[in-house]
This record gives sequence, C-alpha cells and structure tokens, in this order.
Amino acid sequence: MPFDQILQYFLAGVTEGAIYATIAIGFNIIYNTTGIINFAQGEFLVLGGMIAVTLSAFLPLPLAIALAVAATMAVGALVDLVFIRWLASPSVLRLVVITIGVSILLREGMLHVWDEKVRALRHFTGSEISSVRFLGAHIAPQALWVLGIAAVIVAVLAIFFRFTLVGRAMRACAANRTAARLCGINTRWMVTLSFCLSAGIGALAGCALSPLTQTQYDMGAPLAIKGFTVAILGGLGNSMAAVAAGLILGLLEVFSISLLPLAYKDAVSLAVLLIVLFLRPGGLFGRLEAQRLKEF
Amino acid sequence: MRRYLPVLILAAVVIAVQLVVRAAGAVYYLTQATMAAYYCLVTVGLCLLMGYAGQISLGHAGFFAIGGYVSAFLTTLRLEAAAPASRFLSRLGVLAERQDLYENLLLGVSPWAALAAAVLATALVALVIGLPVIRLKGHYLAMATMGFGLIVFRVLLGTRFLGEADGIGGVPPLPLFGLEVSGGRAHRVESYYVAWALVLAALLLAVNLIHSRVGRALRSIHGGEEAANALGVNTTRYKLATFVLSAVFAGVAGVFLTHYNGGIGPSEAASMKSVRYVAIVAVGGMDNLWGTLIAGALLNFISLRGYLGSYDDAFFAGILILVMLFFPDGLLRPRWLKRGAP
Amino acid sequence: MNPQLAVGRLSHCFGGLKAVSEVSFEVGEGSITALIGPNGAGKTTLFNLISGTIPPQTGSIRLDGRELAGLPPYRIAELGVCRTFQTTRLFPRLTAIENVMVGRHARSRAGFLAGLLNLPYTWREERAIRQRAGELLEELGAGDCADEAAGSLGFRKQRLVEIARALAAEPRLLLLDEPAAGLNLHETGQLAGLIRRIRERGVTVLLVEHDMSLVMDISDRVVVLNYGRKLAEGTPAQVQSDPEVIRIYLGGDHA
Repeated sequence: MPFDQILQYFLAGVTEGAIYATIAIGFNIIYNTTGIINFAQGEFLVLGGMIAVTLSAFLPLPLAIALAVAATMAVGALVDLVFIRWLASPSVLRLVVITIGVSILLREGMLHVWDEKVRALRHFTGSEISSVRFLGAHIAPQALWVLGIAAVIVAVLAIFFRFTLVGRAMRACAANRTAARLCGINTRWMVTLSFCLSAGIGALAGCALSPLTQTQYDMGAPLAIKGFTVAILGGLGNSMAAVAAGLILGLLEVFSISLLPLAYKDAVSLAVLLIVLFLRPGGLFGRLEAQRLKEF
Repeated sequence: MRRYLPVLILAAVVIAVQLVVRAAGAVYYLTQATMAAYYCLVTVGLCLLMGYAGQISLGHAGFFAIGGYVSAFLTTLRLEAAAPASRFLSRLGVLAERQDLYENLLLGVSPWAALAAAVLATALVALVIGLPVIRLKGHYLAMATMGFGLIVFRVLLGTRFLGEADGIGGVPPLPLFGLEVSGGRAHRVESYYVAWALVLAALLLAVNLIHSRVGRALRSIHGGEEAANALGVNTTRYKLATFVLSAVFAGVAGVFLTHYNGGIGPSEAASMKSVRYVAIVAVGGMDNLWGTLIAGALLNFISLRGYLGSYDDAFFAGILILVMLFFPDGLLRPRWLKRGAP
Repeated sequence: MNPQLAVGRLSHCFGGLKAVSEVSFEVGEGSITALIGPNGAGKTTLFNLISGTIPPQTGSIRLDGRELAGLPPYRIAELGVCRTFQTTRLFPRLTAIENVMVGRHARSRAGFLAGLLNLPYTWREERAIRQRAGELLEELGAGDCADEAAGSLGFRKQRLVEIARALAAEPRLLLLDEPAAGLNLHETGQLAGLIRRIRERGVTVLLVEHDMSLVMDISDRVVVLNYGRKLAEGTPAQVQSDPEVIRIYLGGDHA
C-alpha cells in the first residue's frame, strides 16, 4: 500500500480507536467503583448525540452539547437510582442481565422519541467536505475534534482521580468498599457519581462522533461491545491500558478492511473479544492473577 | 413414574387447545401457537443450561440460526444432476427433488439429511465454542456468549451466498411419515402437533436428565462447584455436555421453524432474540422447566400475535429487569412445584 | 505401617506469600493424623493442595505411590481422597439425602446419555445409590432430616451430612477440615467416637484441628505447621513436649 493510503487508514483507525477507548473508560469507571459492567454505556453515547441534535436546532452548538451532556448525566444517575440501588445482595448474573435490560429500555425509549431516522450533529468546525492535510493524508476537522476531546477526557479524568478528594474517594470505593464506608465515604453516592461520570463522558464522545458517523437509535449496542472489547483487551479497570487497547483495536479494524469484505468489519472486533476472553481475560496488560481469576 | 405427570398434562393441554380452537373457528391461532412451540424448544434447553448447569447464554439465538440456515441452505441448493458431486450425494441417498413456482424440478439435499447436517453443525460449533466458554464466569461468560451470537449474526448478515439481509427463502416442507411440516393452511393442524410433539419430546429428555445421576450432579454444580469437584463430579464435562445439548435443542428448533416458515433471515440470530430466551427462562424461574414452558408459550404467543405492538422489545427487557430485581426465583413457582427438581 | 499419603517438599506461593513451604510428611495407612498450627500456618492451603483445588507449584503428593499433584480435583476424588470444608459446603437446595447421593457420584456410572434416555440399567443403580445414602445418613445420626433441604438444617446436622457425603464416595483417605469447630464438649466427644469408627472401616483420616484435646485424644500422629513450614512431627506426646511447638503456641519459655 502506498504510504499516504497507509497514513489515511492509520488516522481513521486512531480516530475510531479514540472513541472506543473513551467508551472503555466509561466502562472502567463504573466497574472500578462498583464491579458492575454497565451494558448501557453505548446508549449514553447515542442519547447524548440525539439530545444535542434536537437542542442544536434552536440553541448554539456549544450550549446544546453542554445541556445534552448534563441531561445524559441525569439519566445515568437515574439508571443507578432506579435499577441498581435496590439490590441488596446482587449477584453478577443479575447485574449483567439488568444492565442489558436497561440498555434495551433506553434504546426503545430513544426509538419512540426520535424514531429510526438517522440524525447528525453539525460539524463543530467546517463541514462534511472540509479536510485538513496532514503529511499527505486528509483528515476531517471533526476527527481532530474527536481526538482532542478524547485526549482532554483522559487528561481530566487522570487529574480528577489522582488529585481531587472526590476522585480519590471513588478510587477508595474501588479498592475496598467496606473500608471506604468506614472512612466516612458515602459509597452509595460514589456509585451514582460514577454512573454520572460515565454517562457524561459517553454523551460528550457521542456528540463528537455524531457528525462523523451519524446517530441512530440502535447504535448503542455495537459501540458498547467494541468498548467492552477494548476494556477487556487493556485489562478491565485499567483506563490507561484502555487507551492503548483502543488504538490497537481501531487500527486492527480499519486495516482489516484491506483483507476482509467490509461487511465483516464488525466481526473482527467480536473475534478479538472472543480471543481475549478465551486466551487472556486479564487483557494484554493485566496481571497473571487477574487472568487466573476468571470470576469476580 | 410421577415425574412424567406434567408432561402428560401438557400433552392434554396441547390437544385441548387445538380442539377448542377448531370449535371456535379460530384455527388461525394455531399458526402462532406452532411458532411459539419452536421458540419454547429453545428455552427448554436454555433452562437446563442456565438453571441446572448455571451458565448464562446470551447468544443462544446463534445456535437457532445455525440450525435453520444450514438446513435452509442445503435444501435450497440447486445441484446439477449430472455433476459428479451430485451423483455421489445421490448415491448416498441424501438428495431430493422439489418443485419451484414454475413447476421446474430442482435438485437439493433432502430435508432429513439437511436436518442431520444442521444438528451436527450446531453440535460441533457448540463443542468448539463451549470448551473455552465453559471456563468463564460472570460478566466474561455473558460477554463471550453475547459475542458469539453477534458474530453469527454479523456473518449471516454479511455473507452473499446466505442471502445477506434477506436470508434464504423457498425452503421446501419437511416430510414426516406422510405428514408435512410447512406453512400451508392444509398442513396447519399437523404442523401444530409436530411442533408440540417436539417440545414434549424435549421435555421428556429434560425430565429424565434432571432426575438422573447426571442431573443431580448438575444441580450440585449449581449449588457449589468446588464441593462438587471435590466429590468426583467432572464439572467441566457436564457443563459442556449441557451446553451442547441446549445448543442442539435450539438448532433443531431452528430447522423445523425454517421449514414451517419456508425460510429464515438473519434476525433469528439477533441479540434481541437471545435476550428474549433468557427473559423467558428468568420469568419461569431459572431451574423451573414448567415455569419456563408456561412463560414461553404465553409470552411468545402474545408477542407473535402482535399484541405488544412496537413495545415488543421493551416489554421483554422490562420483565427481565423486573424479574431480576424483585423475583430472581421467577414468577411462576407454585409451592408444590418448588423443592428440588420439578 | 505403609505410608498411604506421602507429601514431599510441597510448596505453594500466593504472590509473594509462601503459604506452604517445602512441607514433607507421611500419613500411615489406617491411621488418624492431625495437622495443627496457628492460624495462617497453611493448613487449609495444604488441604487444598492435596485435594487438588489448587495445583502445587513444586513438590509431590503420592497416594499409595500414585502421584496426585497436578490432577484435577474430581480425578483425585475418584482415586479415593475426599474432604470436608471448614465452613460446611452442602448444596443448599438439594435435600440431605440428595447431598449424600452426590457423594456416591464417583462410585457410580450412569452417564449423560443414559440419564437423558432413562435407560433401564440406571434404575437399579439409582435405587442402590439412594439406599446407600440413606444408610450413611442413619449411621451418622442424621437420618431424620434426609428429605429436608440441606440449606435449612441446623449447624450440627449439616456437619454430619457433610461427613456422610464425603464417606459416600468410599474414600481411602478422608480429609476433615476443622470438624470440631463450633461443637461443644459433648458433641466433640461424639465426634471423636465417630472418627474412630471411620478409622475402623479402613479409612485413613487426616484432620486439621484447633481443638487440642480432640487432637491429643484420637490422633496417632501429629504434624505441626508454622508459617507454611513443618515445625514438628510425631506422636501426640512427643509433639506436646516439643519446646518449639510450645513456644509457638504459648510464646516464651515454658517448662
């Protein structure tokens, strides 16, 4: 392949990978605080995009996005309050099934509100046809927005978890819930907060993605699967690894187009998921113990 | 043989329903009842897997689709009679002729040979997938099975010779001792009985298994895998065997429903279908065969009749959540069915 | 006496923690051997290694000369090693008698297909399994609760059912993990009698215990572990007077 085509593929892969990494980080935040895998994570992206599209019809874009993110965070909190908090002694099976059910409900809700029409948010800068030249390849300005927003999310979260009191409290919950409670941390609200955060991140990513891939009510599940694949690939709970894993999967997918028919592109990430689960559930960067512990 | 009593009751109910429906002049209800039976067949197997072997499967629709597609593909082949491969297969006795709309004679694989091939394919895939999947637990297990179902869906959707989004149509009826499994109105009653006979047969096998030494071993696995292992129960082998059995049930259901409908599409492998199967087993009570059956018959029938309208998916998701939140033992547990094995 | 169980230089680490370190000892056939030591000494880990729940990292475990290390737990159970657990692990939703019937699993044959098809040869086997299970429950004094769900039984009954279940597998070596935990003086006395009766049937017993009076009363030999290492081994009298053993249990110098 000529170099600029490789570069083109590379940039496409990196852009996709950035989105997957963001979804994976959303998974990791909730997983770290609660041990739950939130299957509805994909729906947060779609919801953010949809709300933003609707609002942007009569509000300036930045405001529409901000409100969409806030609204989705509220939905995230609701998900926790309505469905998760009830469970006194949740088994993994029940939680898995409940979050799957929630994702379906959210999806059907979006279907009934926005029906199956495909919508797209305005490009943040430029339009569908504008592009920026980069070392011989073209990249859409929106893709740069995606990369930028993903990078900002990662950076802000890193600071949040390391240097702020709330962030550290959440990490304490992740490490040892009982001990955290004994230290006076209100673990229940930490759980709600983690849902809010994940929902907000998802919504923001969904808004950034919308101009590029359009938004449709049923896009949540495929995105969630890929996000989950990335999270597992990097090692569940490890968000820095998720970034690397996201890039790997994004590149794998994009370059697979040159080998396999386009229709199988999604099957590639599913195959990666199965391979990782079967061979190395601890992920590429997971510790050996995490591998042997195939259960929670 | 007290354990078989519910099977007999079910058989009586099946017959009664048909008679009532005929008397009421509403024979068209039998169509949805027949289809519901095939979906129930899947849930019987899934109940064994989830309730007894303790393995959740969010991709069982994949096995249904594999069974259906293999038989659809083989029976709709258009073989050249003169080709050496055709002559070889013909000598094996696996070919059959069928007529298309223009009265042309087409040569394909006979439905029974195709059924055998479909069962074999399903069992093989289940064996290959099952070996690594069985060792997983919790979220990992759920995701792996979901991933399997999704891969099947994607491959079916994207493969040209499998019809892509349109699936495979023109599937000939399945001949059965002079009867026929097909969608034709003349064959409605016999198709109904064939469908429910299959379900009854599956229930017989399931009841046998539950009351056997292996069934006890499965329940012990569910009750404490480490202790079961320490007593000499080869948990891996039994979990795998149950996985394959449940997959075969789903595959057989897929074959028969494909012949009944005259075709199959990739939506049969969609994850929403898998979620429905899980929802039905959950509503019935994970290890409650009869609850699963009742829930399956009722819910599938209601859904197939279209009474849920566009809220179909939301309904199943909703009851799944409800059951998981408030009734983890299922909604259908009358006390006399409760203790231990049904 | 022939060594029935020979543990040779067994080691297992959890991360950086040497849970069991180079432990070697022998258990004579038909004897009652006790494994004692302070909490965290590695006794339950040792049981887990012998029963196959954890594969040992180095060392060997031989039963009648046959190497057990690395075999899956169900295989080790088939070969004649059965165990109970520190906190009883009955199958809660099975009845007491069904629990014991699971114990017979290793000594019965009916397979998956035979179960599916309810083949006639399984009928006789099932009757035999149920009968044997009932007999064992009666013997151990838990016959009255045979048809009750195991999860609803009282603590003492649960322990008896668990022992019956382990005996149902006709083990050559029975591992009892703290069988006296939670029992009062009278019950411990009954337990001692029970263990002796088990020995009389030809079953070798290896038990982990904290109750010293029970240990000293019924054991033929005692092995002392501390911090994963074997500290001492011998008859109860010998171990009782070993200065090292006294030190770790009582601390300081005692005559």
